[in-house]
Amino acid sequence: MWFIATATFLAMHAVPGDPLMNEKATTAEIRENLARKYGLDRPLAEQYVIYLSNMIQGDFGISFTQQNRRVNDIIKDHFPVSAALGILAITFAALGGILWGAITALYRNQLPDIIIMFLVILGISVPSFVFAALGQLLLVNLNQWFGTSILPVAGWGTFSHMLMPSLVLGLGTMALLTRLMRSSMLEVVNEDFIKTAKAKGLSPQRIFFKHQLRNAILPVVTVLGPQIAAITTGGFVVELVFAIPGLGRYFVQAVQQLDYTVIMGTTVFYGAFLVLMVILVDIIYGFIDPRVRLK
Amino acid sequence: MNFFKSLAIALLLFSGAIEAQSVDATRQVVKIALAQEPPQLNSMKATDQVSIFVLGHVMEGLTRYDRRGNLAPGVAERWALSSTAAKFWLRKDAKWSNGDPVTAHDFVFSWRNAVDPKTASEYAFILYPVKNAEAINQGNLPVTDLGIRAVDDHTLEVTLERPTGYFMKLTAFVTTFPVQERFYRSVEASYAADAGQMLYNGPFKITDWVHSASLKMQKNQTYWNRQTIQLNGIDADYITADTRARLNLFIDDEIAYTQLDGETYKDALKNQFRIRPFATGSVYFLEYNYRPGRITGNLKLRQAIQAAFDPDEFVNKVLQTPGNLPGASLFPSWIKGVSKTFREEFPAKVLRPDLERAKRLLAEAKAELGVEQIPPLVLLVSDSPTATKQAEYTQGMLKTKLNLDIKIDVQTFKQRLAKMTEGDFDIVGAGWGPDFDDIMTFGDLFASWNLNNRGRYNNPEYDRLVRVAMNSSDPATRMEAMAGIQTLVHDDAIILPMYEQGVIYIQHPKIKGLRRTVIGSDPDFTHARIVP
Repeated sequence: MWFIATATFLAMHAVPGDPLMNEKATTAEIRENLARKYGLDRPLAEQYVIYLSNMIQGDFGISFTQQNRRVNDIIKDHFPVSAALGILAITFAALGGILWGAITALYRNQLPDIIIMFLVILGISVPSFVFAALGQLLLVNLNQWFGTSILPVAGWGTFSHMLMPSLVLGLGTMALLTRLMRSSMLEVVNEDFIKTAKAKGLSPQRIFFKHQLRNAILPVVTVLGPQIAAITTGGFVVELVFAIPGLGRYFVQAVQQLDYTVIMGTTVFYGAFLVLMVILVDIIYGFIDPRVRLK
Repeated sequence: MNFFKSLAIALLLFSGAIEAQSVDATRQVVKIALAQEPPQLNSMKATDQVSIFVLGHVMEGLTRYDRRGNLAPGVAERWALSSTAAKFWLRKDAKWSNGDPVTAHDFVFSWRNAVDPKTASEYAFILYPVKNAEAINQGNLPVTDLGIRAVDDHTLEVTLERPTGYFMKLTAFVTTFPVQERFYRSVEASYAADAGQMLYNGPFKITDWVHSASLKMQKNQTYWNRQTIQLNGIDADYITADTRARLNLFIDDEIAYTQLDGETYKDALKNQFRIRPFATGSVYFLEYNYRPGRITGNLKLRQAIQAAFDPDEFVNKVLQTPGNLPGASLFPSWIKGVSKTFREEFPAKVLRPDLERAKRLLAEAKAELGVEQIPPLVLLVSDSPTATKQAEYTQGMLKTKLNLDIKIDVQTFKQRLAKMTEGDFDIVGAGWGPDFDDIMTFGDLFASWNLNNRGRYNNPEYDRLVRVAMNSSDPATRMEAMAGIQTLVHDDAIILPMYEQGVIYIQHPKIKGLRRTVIGSDPDFTHARIVP
């Protein structure tokens, strides 16, 4: 965590420009006053120490661009939105990934497999803003076709606002998980214990659900941790297109505006979140696979 | 088919009522989208368009603009002007949203605060015509020395530093809006951070503000002129910078107004919406670097580029959205002159491409500089789609016509600003929008003392003409000085004007009375209404 904070701090200050610059130039006095207000006039090393000590106490400071808002409040107000979106997206991605992956393994090299794998390639290679724009267009056409508003085209507030954005957000991960699930299932199918189960006379359904699926899911679960973090933090495009007040937008805008405090706050927060997710996944692993229980 | 319709109805019920009506004639409420979350609703510090849009609706200064765009009484009922002083009589029924009357002391407080160096307001310079404002802002005098005084609760006196013909125009500007000191001190650090952390004296007030999600304004029942306000609410239910998302919201009848760009323009045409053009008032030009050692300091080179450029071709073939005008002058066509527009009274020299002359001038430039070939020039631009188009066109045009090499340097916002300030460019794609409704806002741009003169152009004659216009309140004298500047801009090829920006937008046909303006709060919903 300290490493993330330090690396970000150095990278931020290495970039030319600063948060106080604007299209219309300011006099030297005004610049000095602004700099003094935000502590930007102190030497870099001193700024770093001040920043770290505040951070340890949980205070990320005040945003440069939204001058009346504390970074803590920004994170507090907007992260839950990104989290809700992310959780729904991951749910779609996980359910979809497991389902499609299982189907392709079952119908290996037949039509369903070919179709799904083609869609998977699309899902992995097509950038998210294309899906977001297409998704929104689909909603507009849907509403026009029905003559009334079935699903909202953008915005935030109700469950129906979350449907399309989280679907779009989860698509890339869903494709990834499908592929993973597919190869994992195909490996498991050839394992000895499956042959044993068949020899024992267990029904195909029981073999599929109790033995094959449960074992094949492991690689998917491993990847799920970092994927949750990636989805929750990578929602910028979806948030922009669907007008969702999430943290992703603030993060990207902060980088563009060189809003030091917001950049540091959100980066450190995301870092902590990622670490947390990875730990969580390790714990869940222990429940799914008894062979990996923590001693 | 039935399954889908039932699914749709189920979703509808599940999610609660979704209203898809951007205008409500019964309730007189209009729904819009904001391009970004307003970063600063403290009127003494706000600089960006979105914040000024909101503030222009929920607060009011001494004067305001009426339906026709003329200066009209605001908090001030009447006023008397002399060459270096102004006296305002405030109306007794102007009230804040908490019931307190708006007093002269509120103006004294906000003006002092705006020029206070501790506030570090980026628009403090707008008050420089007021006596001692500049000295105070530079930390040389206490704020109490500012030339503004509350004679009593409803009478305000302003003393000017020098005769300033456009002073009245400033009294409608956001930085001069009043702020009640008592309220401000009670919330200080979080003033204007939320809807409840501000007092409103305008036609509307903010009733609900969910950061980055929505901002709702309702008619202010304590506004002195509430009888003339027909709208009951302006709901900004969506906040996104994506123009396509806003177009989709418009098609879905969720918002009643949105601006279009090159991409969304074609889709709007397909949907057969009525496209309306509007000149934003900004001019875009190529600015040269005049620092020592820069090749662009050579006059013949700049004149060669000027002679090669075809503004009509650029606007019609490259920009391709309607509403843009070919660049001809530093001063845009809407700026007022003495009685008509400035450009009608003092027409700019027409820029017609003359390739022969351009080549001749280039040869002379090379001779003067003592080079066989002009080295590649760096053209710095922002990363917006229009700016990159502009850069690519310029590069291609100069290469084909004059065999000049241009290297395009695309930079994001802050990095471009940093390079401009450092002087790390040969040519920069720049633009300028008006701060107030007077020719001076463009005229002083290349004065040697102007910090926005990023190329560091320095010409004593230019400076002299600016001072003449600054120190006189006679319109004819001022306009003639500005005409001199216009000629200088052309003859000395100080900049290369490329275009005057126009935007295109669509609005719901049931909205009437929506005012577009180049200065201040735009678009202005104050006198808008929704017809049934």
